[in-house]
Amino acid sequence: MTADVSQHLAGLDALELSGRERRGLASRVWARAWPMISAIILVLAIWELVVLSGWRPEYVLPGPGTVLADLGHRLGDGEFYAAVAVTMRRAVIGFAIAVLTGLVVGAAVSRVRPLRAAFGSLITGLQTMPSIAWFPLAILLFKLSESAILFVVVLGAAPSIANGLIAGVDYTPPILLRAGHILGLRRLALYRHVILPASLPSFLSGLKQGWAFAWRSLMAGELLVIIAHQTSIGEQLDNARELSDAPGLLATMIVILVIGIVVDMVFGAADNALRRRWGLDQRVG
Amino acid sequence: MTAPTKELRSGRIDGREPAVRLDAVSKVYGRELLALDRVTLSVARGEFVCLLGASGCGKSTLLNLVAGLDRATAGTIDTGGARIAMMFQEPALFPWLTVSANIELALRVTSTGAGTTRKQRRARAAELLETVHLGDFGGKRPHELSGGMRQRVALARALAQDADVLLMDEPFGALDAMTRDLLHDELERIWRERGLSVLFVTHNVREAVRLGDRVVLLSSRPGTVIEDYKITLDRPRRTDSGEVTGQAATITDRLKQEVLRHARRAPAASGPDAATGTTPSGGER
Repeated sequence: MTADVSQHLAGLDALELSGRERRGLASRVWARAWPMISAIILVLAIWELVVLSGWRPEYVLPGPGTVLADLGHRLGDGEFYAAVAVTMRRAVIGFAIAVLTGLVVGAAVSRVRPLRAAFGSLITGLQTMPSIAWFPLAILLFKLSESAILFVVVLGAAPSIANGLIAGVDYTPPILLRAGHILGLRRLALYRHVILPASLPSFLSGLKQGWAFAWRSLMAGELLVIIAHQTSIGEQLDNARELSDAPGLLATMIVILVIGIVVDMVFGAADNALRRRWGLDQRVG
Repeated sequence: MTAPTKELRSGRIDGREPAVRLDAVSKVYGRELLALDRVTLSVARGEFVCLLGASGCGKSTLLNLVAGLDRATAGTIDTGGARIAMMFQEPALFPWLTVSANIELALRVTSTGAGTTRKQRRARAAELLETVHLGDFGGKRPHELSGGMRQRVALARALAQDADVLLMDEPFGALDAMTRDLLHDELERIWRERGLSVLFVTHNVREAVRLGDRVVLLSSRPGTVIEDYKITLDRPRRTDSGEVTGQAATITDRLKQEVLRHARRAPAASGPDAATGTTPSGGER
């Protein structure tokens, strides 16, 4: 009898699980790459057309060919990498502090009801505050220093990260909370084994949004807070404007855009991997 | 309201000690929605009791009270310090853990699992998965399994708690008939092997007759016990056998009477409900 049941079950299980395979890596990469490549070609073509139309003289608005040549020239130059290194160092430090702050604030606010009432809407409010509005205060507090830049980067990114965590805690599926309760998990144990892992997807979106804010704040900061003898991407952009070096300006902008996109893609990939592992990704087929 | 002070009846069933005893348990939601009205009910050690009723009879509320997920408004619930496990209609597995890790977590946080090593827990989880014929699936994630398989994992997780009492809230409600039949056999085997006391909520009359030593019928709004059928058919039973169908028909007739009572009452009853804005559906979930 038991063997019979187990065989029936094994048969059903086998039927249920057949035919679930992922496509190969190459085909997945291609599926994601071709729309992007097409979009880039389209943008370059429109740009070239605008330049050819003679709307602005070439020394103000150079074509993609000139700019890409300038970019290629920069990529072979040590100073460029020094500038990128300084900017990325600031980005990483600022973002790391923002993550820590966001985690602590988010955890406290999501757990403690009075804190939620007091600071919940303030955090959302901070998110809408344009980061550039913080700079006068930052410069007053920290003079023209890297601390001023980091201060604004953290203020830009931390609210999004905290909000991501708070939303994740709020939307923990009630059924999982009940399951945890039945297992005997209470308070901190429930938080550690159920609520925190359950809020991971939302926290990850918070990180992604936080990064976008951090990157914007950082660029604003590097344009406003020029520190002597320290080159950075923002400073190069400012230099290019002062020297009326239009190709250099556009090439630097492309660098800023590409770094932003690449980091965003890293977060996107992490998000996808998480969804796949958890089965949140319910695509048909 | 305080608990009634009258002496509790012994609650013995066929000379067996009760594992769960409810005495005059009431549950009121909000100010006046009476979900359960003085329910008195016992489950003996090793007994399989099915709780049956139309919607709105507070079956799930009753289980939540026994599980300690909610508090009774009046009356006493005595589980004599028994360890209680619970299964829901959804498997409620943690998607961030593998199947094996889900069970290992239950082993780890249950008092009996204190002091065990990770290796011991892993081995125990493998045994439990073997019990539900899923020995090969420990490394999978819950979403990779079918609904029936996930429910078996949930059963294995409940068993991991080494509970004396198993509460089941329509655990097979979302499964197809064939899978459900097989899981009935599985559950019956495990129940006998382990001497569990089971309180099983369902709205499926045949399922109740197939599984229960007793089928307790609840009325709706408010929920009270109206019938307590003893099912003496030999085990193992088949859901489609003549005896099961016959007894189910008797119980279904009684259930229909109960539903009709509400049809006659409906126009009068809908008035105050609509006026207060409290819909009785809150009592079910």
